[in-house]
Amino acid sequence: MLSAESLKKIDREIAKYPADQKQSAVMAALVIAQDEKGWLAPETMDFVGGYLGMASVAVYEVASFYNMYNLQPTGKFKLTICTCLPCGLQGSLAAADHLKSRLGIDFNETTPDGKFTLKEGECMGACAMAPVVLVNNKRMCDSMTNAKLDTLVDELVDRIGKGA
Amino acid sequence: MAMLKVEVDGQGLEVPHGSTVMEAANRLGIFVPHFCYHKKLSIAANCRMCLVQVEKAPKPMPACATPVTDGMKVWTHSEAAKKAQSGVMEFLLINHPLDCPICDQGGECQLQDLAVGYGGSASRYSEAKRVVFHKNLGPLVSAEEMSRCIHCTRCVRFGQEVAGVMELGMIGRGEHSEIVSFVGKTVDSELSGNMIDICPVGALTSKPFRYSARTWELNRRKTVSPHDSLGANLIAQTKQDRVLRVVPLENEAVNECWISDRDRFSYEALNSSERLTTPMIKEDGHWREADWQSALALVTKRLGEVKAARGASAIGTLVSASATLEEMHLAQKLTRAIGSENVDFRLRQSDFSADGKRVGAPWLGMPVADVAALDRVLLVGSFLRKDHPVLASRFRIAGKRVQQLNIIHSSDDELLMAVANKAIVPPNELPEVLGQVVRAVAEKKEQPVPSAVAALEVPDYARKIAASLCSGKAVGLFLGNFAEQHPRAAELHSLMQMLSDLVGARFGSLGQAANSVGGHIANCLPGAGGLNASAMISSPRSAYVLFGLEPELDCADSAQATKAMRDAEFVVAISTYAGNATEYADVLLPLAPYTETSGTYVNCEGRAQAFNAVVRAAGQSRPGWKILRVLGNLLELPGFDQESSEAVRAELGAQSGWAARLDNRVNGLAVSLGSGKSHALQRVADVPVYFSDPIVRRAESLQMTRDARPPQARMRASVAQKLGVSAGDRVRVKQAGEVALDVIIDDRLPEGVVRIAAAHPTTAALGAMFGELSVERA
Repeated sequence: MLSAESLKKIDREIAKYPADQKQSAVMAALVIAQDEKGWLAPETMDFVGGYLGMASVAVYEVASFYNMYNLQPTGKFKLTICTCLPCGLQGSLAAADHLKSRLGIDFNETTPDGKFTLKEGECMGACAMAPVVLVNNKRMCDSMTNAKLDTLVDELVDRIGKGA
Repeated sequence: MAMLKVEVDGQGLEVPHGSTVMEAANRLGIFVPHFCYHKKLSIAANCRMCLVQVEKAPKPMPACATPVTDGMKVWTHSEAAKKAQSGVMEFLLINHPLDCPICDQGGECQLQDLAVGYGGSASRYSEAKRVVFHKNLGPLVSAEEMSRCIHCTRCVRFGQEVAGVMELGMIGRGEHSEIVSFVGKTVDSELSGNMIDICPVGALTSKPFRYSARTWELNRRKTVSPHDSLGANLIAQTKQDRVLRVVPLENEAVNECWISDRDRFSYEALNSSERLTTPMIKEDGHWREADWQSALALVTKRLGEVKAARGASAIGTLVSASATLEEMHLAQKLTRAIGSENVDFRLRQSDFSADGKRVGAPWLGMPVADVAALDRVLLVGSFLRKDHPVLASRFRIAGKRVQQLNIIHSSDDELLMAVANKAIVPPNELPEVLGQVVRAVAEKKEQPVPSAVAALEVPDYARKIAASLCSGKAVGLFLGNFAEQHPRAAELHSLMQMLSDLVGARFGSLGQAANSVGGHIANCLPGAGGLNASAMISSPRSAYVLFGLEPELDCADSAQATKAMRDAEFVVAISTYAGNATEYADVLLPLAPYTETSGTYVNCEGRAQAFNAVVRAAGQSRPGWKILRVLGNLLELPGFDQESSEAVRAELGAQSGWAARLDNRVNGLAVSLGSGKSHALQRVADVPVYFSDPIVRRAESLQMTRDARPPQARMRASVAQKLGVSAGDRVRVKQAGEVALDVIIDDRLPEGVVRIAAAHPTTAALGAMFGELSVERA
């Protein structure tokens, strides 16, 4: 189900907790599984549950609680823009509108070519640098003016072109 | 430990350390409104309905989660408390649909009741309510209106804590929270119906009962479950002489507040179209309806003819182990009065060598409530979860504390509880393994090793089990149904007795059916020269009286039983359902099931539980004790003029004397171990939970569950490999007869066995529940 490499990483996470509390590693395990698979299919959650000795539905609870877990397949790049209050006051809604029109999709949608998915995010702890966009959960881009957003999208399109 | 003084609403009391405000209030009889709190579940404190005012606390506190401190003063109905409670109620009602008139829970809904007490008469909320999509949780629990859910998580906690398996969970966050099962899964727990009871709103309702009646139209009558040896206390809710629903009657000493799905949903079979409602007579190979008089007259005449021609011993009586005490008593009395000693209720037992050596009636060996207090347990040969679903939950909860469970069995079924040590071996090796444990315990305790086990080696697992048992203060040793049905059951029993002597433990049997103990009390057993249940089948009788059973499914050897019935000269089936009896019987007499007769069951702990009929008998069916009494009269036998079931029971002496007859000890039984090994494939046969008796077999909704799937040939991957078959293959299984089954790979089974369920029409041709079989690709 998951590659040997991912399992090794999960084992490393499990080792951080007492032996009878393997399920403490569920969040980390889901991150690792998502990194490999791109999203968390029911089979993936089922597998993680089995691996950590917890009920599949308990894994599902965790996966559905947090925004950064993808319960649906996403495009090549998932752009998450924070729309919480402080960001909203500093223009993140306008930035979101710009992204929507540039990509031609609404929140929670994926471009027909499968390149981009747009998500509405919760506070990322960078309110002072709003608007904030997170690329694939890993790379944070701050102070996103329309121009910077366009540059970001161009760069990502370019990377896909180069087979990234 | 020091007691804490607390004052609730001006009334003072002392409570032990660790009590909550809720418990203190309950002890004073003060009601604090609540939804998520349930005395048998962990504390969640998420509904906030139980907010109360506590002195010196700046804000209202949840009574269920606030521990009492010394000198605490609490007001549950002060202005501040009431304001907090009505505020919470207003929030709960924001998203709750106002669909009480079409809600199945209407009239028995905690939210509805409390909304009357604590809610406003009008809503200030005029925005859109949230909508939650309905779920399919399987044939028993309906989750059609999940918008009604208030997220108390009682159902989730019940699954985690009592049923042992978390099948429901709450996904999402905040307003998007919802209760779901894992993607596409159904709720398959054998205790799932309890979620319906504990759901405080109409989110989880009973699928079979939905829209069939309003709660206030129903009569409530107490009764007792006929399905397992626990004898769960039930309330049958009836309308116009039909049982429409069954719910638990709380009895802390027996079933607490839980019942199994089998107890809860089997009532559907009581209203089934398969009910036999008139006496039937076979004439020239054709069945015709008859009146009671002519049917009974025919039975009298034919039994008389058989007796005259072949002697009374040519007549055999087989009685269901879920017949009432009164029925068992009259059945044996009738048989004996005819002159035959052939009467038995131990239908699935195959080893009777302990007969005549028993000191008393075999029983659990302790009260049911004591099970939770045991710190070490050895369970031999039990499909515990499926055979005794509610009792299993007691072991499960005890297992979370200090109880160590040790298992010796032929299938490592998922028990959903912690198992300390286990030995999973083919059925024929069970006595040897138990012997090894006896020896290991003797060595550990430095006691003389009993000669019967002296020649055995002691492997590691036996040493571990022995170490576990010897380290306990309160040890319980139990024989399960599988052990009692085992062809060397008596040896298993003797070994258990040795072990209990060595360890200083109590031992007993879990009991196979509702009245397994009662059968011994009523002496529904063969007397001197009489034939037991197995012998009556293996040396066929000319005439059989069948009481409440289907021999082709309920006997140890289904194939032989079927043949014996077919070959018999005369068979009278006193039965709730006609079933296959139409093929071999000559007279069918409609028997009233447990809801339509008065009677008594003696459960595994020896508790006699009497009950009355909850509805009138369907059609012309009659209570069993009346049928047997009239039969006695027509046969002109003495002692059949009881006026009531109480009068029948009175013949068994004072109930207080029954307890003294409970004794598991067996004297002077030879044990010869060491011959167990065999190279042939062995059959492991369970009695699936929803095929265990004629009633559940006809309960429609239960038959749609996963537990009711038809039997397959289950085997380890290595066994399948040796046979050259793989999962999903069709195979021919040969034992006494031959059947075709699908292969399932099940690595929970030991080497050298194939698990094929008994008590099902598709496997009846195989014959005995134990024995050697062969498997080849079809």
